[in-house]
Amino acid sequence: MKAVVWQGTNKVGVERVPDPTLILQTDAIVRVTSTAICGSDLHLLDGFIPGMERGDIVGHEFMGEIVEVGRDVRNVKVGDRVVVPFNLACGVCDPCRRGLFSACDNSNPAPNARTVEALYGAMSPGGLFGYTHMFGGYAGGQAQFVRVPFADVGCFKIESDLRDEQVLFLTDIFPTGYQAAEQCGIVPGRDVVAVFGAGPVGQFAARSALMLGAAHVIVIDRVPERLGMAEAAGCQVINYEKEDVLLALRDATGGRGPDHVIDGVGLEAHGHGPGALLDTAEQKMRMSFDRITAVRWAILSCAKGGTVSMPGVYAGLVDKFPLGAAFGKGLTFRLGQTHTHRYVLPLLDRIQSGQIDPSFVITHRASLDEAPELYKTFRDKHDGCVKVVLDPWGQPGEVQKV
Amino acid sequence: MTADLSPNSPSPRPYRQHSTESLLSPTERGVMGVLGLAALTLSLRGGALERLLLGAVGVGLAGMAATGTNPLATALKIRQNEEGDTLVSDAITVGKSPEDLYAVWRNLTNLPLLMRHLKSVEVLDERRSRWTVPGPVGDVSWEAELTADEPGRRIAWQSLPGAAVENSGEVLFRPAPGDRGTEIRVNLAYRAPGGTTGAVIARLTGQEPSQQLRDDLLRFKREQELGYYPTTEGQSSGRAAKGGQQ
Repeated sequence: MKAVVWQGTNKVGVERVPDPTLILQTDAIVRVTSTAICGSDLHLLDGFIPGMERGDIVGHEFMGEIVEVGRDVRNVKVGDRVVVPFNLACGVCDPCRRGLFSACDNSNPAPNARTVEALYGAMSPGGLFGYTHMFGGYAGGQAQFVRVPFADVGCFKIESDLRDEQVLFLTDIFPTGYQAAEQCGIVPGRDVVAVFGAGPVGQFAARSALMLGAAHVIVIDRVPERLGMAEAAGCQVINYEKEDVLLALRDATGGRGPDHVIDGVGLEAHGHGPGALLDTAEQKMRMSFDRITAVRWAILSCAKGGTVSMPGVYAGLVDKFPLGAAFGKGLTFRLGQTHTHRYVLPLLDRIQSGQIDPSFVITHRASLDEAPELYKTFRDKHDGCVKVVLDPWGQPGEVQKV
Repeated sequence: MTADLSPNSPSPRPYRQHSTESLLSPTERGVMGVLGLAALTLSLRGGALERLLLGAVGVGLAGMAATGTNPLATALKIRQNEEGDTLVSDAITVGKSPEDLYAVWRNLTNLPLLMRHLKSVEVLDERRSRWTVPGPVGDVSWEAELTADEPGRRIAWQSLPGAAVENSGEVLFRPAPGDRGTEIRVNLAYRAPGGTTGAVIARLTGQEPSQQLRDDLLRFKREQELGYYPTTEGQSSGRAAKGGQQ
């Protein structure tokens, strides 16, 4: 089959690889009908996430049709059309039973989990599709077929006639943006929410904050097309290259600061100031994995007693972290991978009832063969690129811009 | 079963539970002292770089010999008791009852399934068993006896005199708070071949029992909670396409 393969830092390619097979009786094989490139794939491309191996099949936003199931699979069958969360969850361990699916005890295989424990000081979170071997190194879904372990827990049937593009983002960015907004504990009609980063997760976080009743939502970025997309949803926007973002946020909130701030950026934040310069220098020298401008701004702008919610991905140790400000204002931090499984069905309901059509975020469509080119377009934010959807069975050729 | 064992028999050897200091044996101290002095002597000659390096090595070795501690071992958290045994312990919570998990563990012939580095355990009688591990130059085996057997709570054993690697251990089971199953704690003590230095080398090459024990416990938890352990072995990748593994 064809698959997008990590070939080293700044290199992904489309290669012919063997078709996946059932390895355990709880596995399913899915024929992928649509897959997407995620912002967190860019961290792999740039080599900022350790633990990748040449030849790894990437991609963790995918959906398709089940073509084979193991003997012990009960909840889904061959022919079912399914979406598959980007994280793997066993469904039986204590965190899974509490709905903390991304904290699954068992889905990261033992030797990989031990490596993570050495870094994190406690038990490993769950495995991830198409990501670093720290989290299992499970083959990903930017491919024509994919093996889905824990199929009973990880395959969600789509029975309505919604198009792929309307439900595909239930696998990651819609739940990720939604969880980021939900865990702010927004008081409807009262709370003001700021979202750093108008990429795909930021777009869903902003729309989710509005759905959850935020009185006002402010989105911060520097890319005009992305800010335009947020404006179209009814958000105020701030271009941090044109305005002092901390002053602009104070002005927009009567001097209080936003009640909650969402960091939809993660470890490759751009930005100004000595902190941002030092972050970049350290990251270039591989002394640090993370550039944390977005978190710094989030903490400094947030209102007293507010929430800093962080769906953005971070990898390692950071310094020059304004802990004193966070303490002084009594902030609450909410962070971590999305418990995707918890949100698929409730958010599917919102799509079916017409509250949101997630396909708004798509700017580029192409066949899988165009993946290497589009990784770079997406990374460089060229051509107005916000979200890329790939058809693994499409004919190689033109990229279709929406 | 094994009714002759007192339920309150003490652990075979005292554990200094969380001490992270490593102690060198007198032999190790002697060898390091000699090597350290030799390096210092050599450092009096030669070029500047050689002098610096040999001097540093000499001071390090002589310091270890003088203080009787191995800072590398301490940094690697290799723990030892007064008798020079290397101590290994670890804990994991498994979502099953103490009784169920005790029963799996008490069937000693199961142990090679739980501990991947064990080749076999042969039950000789109520108390004695024969343990075999593959070694670099053929199998190594020894006899061990149970020293405690408290159903649902604790199993302890000790190698019998003449074992190639003297060792002892215990597994403790206790209910986890809330509805979370059982907290399992494993304590092992063994006389590392090569003493502290041997333990450091083993740790650096990934062969030290604390690493094996962690993998074993992580596998055991998965096996007990899921009935199998998750794996990516045999999955598709761009390496397989080029004739490589996986």
